[in-house]
Amino acid sequence: MNGALRMSWSGAAMLLLAGVYFVVPLIATGIFSFWEGGDHYGLSAYINLIHQRELWESLWTSLHLALETIAVTLVFLIPAVFWMHLKAKAFKPLFDVLSVLPFVVPPIALVAGLTALYTGPSWFVGTANFLVVPYVILALPYTYRALDVGMRSLDLKTLTEASQSLGAGWGTLILRVLVPNLTSALAGAALLTIAIVMGEFTFANVLLFNTFAVYINYIGQTSATEAAALTLLSFVITWLAMLGVLLTGRGQAQLGGAR
Amino acid sequence: MQETVAGKTPAGVRLRPVNWLTVLFIGPFLFYVFAFLVLPSLRLLQQAFSGEHGFTFKYIAQLGQAQTVTAFVNSIILSSVSALVGLLIGGVLAYLILRPGAPRGLRSMVTSFSAVAANFAGVPLAFAFISTLGSLGLVTLWLKGLGINLYAQGFSLYSVTGLIVVYAYFQIPLMIIVITPAIEGLRGEWREAAENLGANQWVYWRHVGLPILLPSLMSAYILLFGNAFSAYATPYALTSGSLALVPVEISNVLSGNVMLSPQTGAALALGMIAVMVVIMLFYAIAARRAGRWMRR
Repeated sequence: MNGALRMSWSGAAMLLLAGVYFVVPLIATGIFSFWEGGDHYGLSAYINLIHQRELWESLWTSLHLALETIAVTLVFLIPAVFWMHLKAKAFKPLFDVLSVLPFVVPPIALVAGLTALYTGPSWFVGTANFLVVPYVILALPYTYRALDVGMRSLDLKTLTEASQSLGAGWGTLILRVLVPNLTSALAGAALLTIAIVMGEFTFANVLLFNTFAVYINYIGQTSATEAAALTLLSFVITWLAMLGVLLTGRGQAQLGGAR
Repeated sequence: MQETVAGKTPAGVRLRPVNWLTVLFIGPFLFYVFAFLVLPSLRLLQQAFSGEHGFTFKYIAQLGQAQTVTAFVNSIILSSVSALVGLLIGGVLAYLILRPGAPRGLRSMVTSFSAVAANFAGVPLAFAFISTLGSLGLVTLWLKGLGINLYAQGFSLYSVTGLIVVYAYFQIPLMIIVITPAIEGLRGEWREAAENLGANQWVYWRHVGLPILLPSLMSAYILLFGNAFSAYATPYALTSGSLALVPVEISNVLSGNVMLSPQTGAALALGMIAVMVVIMLFYAIAARRAGRWMRR
């Protein structure tokens, strides 16, 4: 009894210390974002930011890249994972290996390989949309896992046979039977992708595209208080995305990709 | 219906249409991964080994240069120490919140915060720590007010030590996320059995708890190591690319900041992939051993 009590005191102390370590940077960033020099505190960093066209452009760029990444991921991944579960179980080990490969090839190495391999056409490689290519790969471990878990919980064989006997083709089957049954898995995959893409810096920085993270870094070189304000915004975006992942059910909010 | 037909006719007859559909459904995905992940990696391999006159070991040999060795040493120290910090602190925290006596609310609070913190990294994380422990950071100034001058005592946020402090911010939560299932898998009966045989807390952990957790702890450590090893945004934003780390060196080559050839960049990237391959092999072995206990 005495031992248990002593443990809980030291345990509580450890939890408290960890809490301080995790909360203080957020508070410090918050205070710093209101700092106007000397003893002045106010909203000037935020007001300056609102008027910066580049901020909105970079936010918009990242957001639409995230949406494109989700779209491309779903178009390539849903049919593949669906078919693997339904008819081609033999592919499962290969898919599992492929889905962890993005961990083996670090983003900075992948971008080196991509730039060495693909130099054109410039209408594609020269625009920010090219970033979608590596982003799909970057998000793959999470999107594949979410879809794999989601499909495993469905009786695909029955669903397929039922819809086909009612005259549905493969397209109808995927869009009108499969997708509605996978909403929580898909929402989880989409939200994780948003969190990853909104914070992604490696590819965008090396390929010289002005995404949100690149913009935060750029602002950090000139105005520390504005960078602090954007840091808070970025934390809120991550927090909302993770909240969404937890609320959509599957709970397995895992590590992101933007270190 | 399809299945009975397939079962009765020779495999070759049914195989053809099924194969065609398989290509249609799975082909695009395999093509994508091949074109944008496998081929670029192979391209690095080819680039690192080819000079003006064909095959050469010149660029691989350049990995032995002092600057490159420093980068690899820094990266490996940073990754292994920050993974150890994550393993120890994250492990203990996970254990504390999962204990039967721990308040329910605490547990869901810590796990959901972990999900956010494990994903909150990169450039914003770097700036959060600059606001806190940078040379003009809040905590730095506050400690200075108390008479403790961190930077005079040799601490710098922009060094390997500083980066370890920053990396802990995503390593600890990640550890909590990945180790929770393993700790939950420790069954109460095992502890009771040990206690009935006269084991105290320490003996239980020494002979039962830790040996069972060991494979999970190893695979978690390896995951954390790889996580830190490939990190680029955080150190880049924090040190503006001045601290020698492998990912930063590669980006310096790619952006033409240093007088190194693209082949050297490819060799560096290949070196990174080699480290990660070894890491992931260990991971697979450890995860398989961990799975033995997890299935129960």
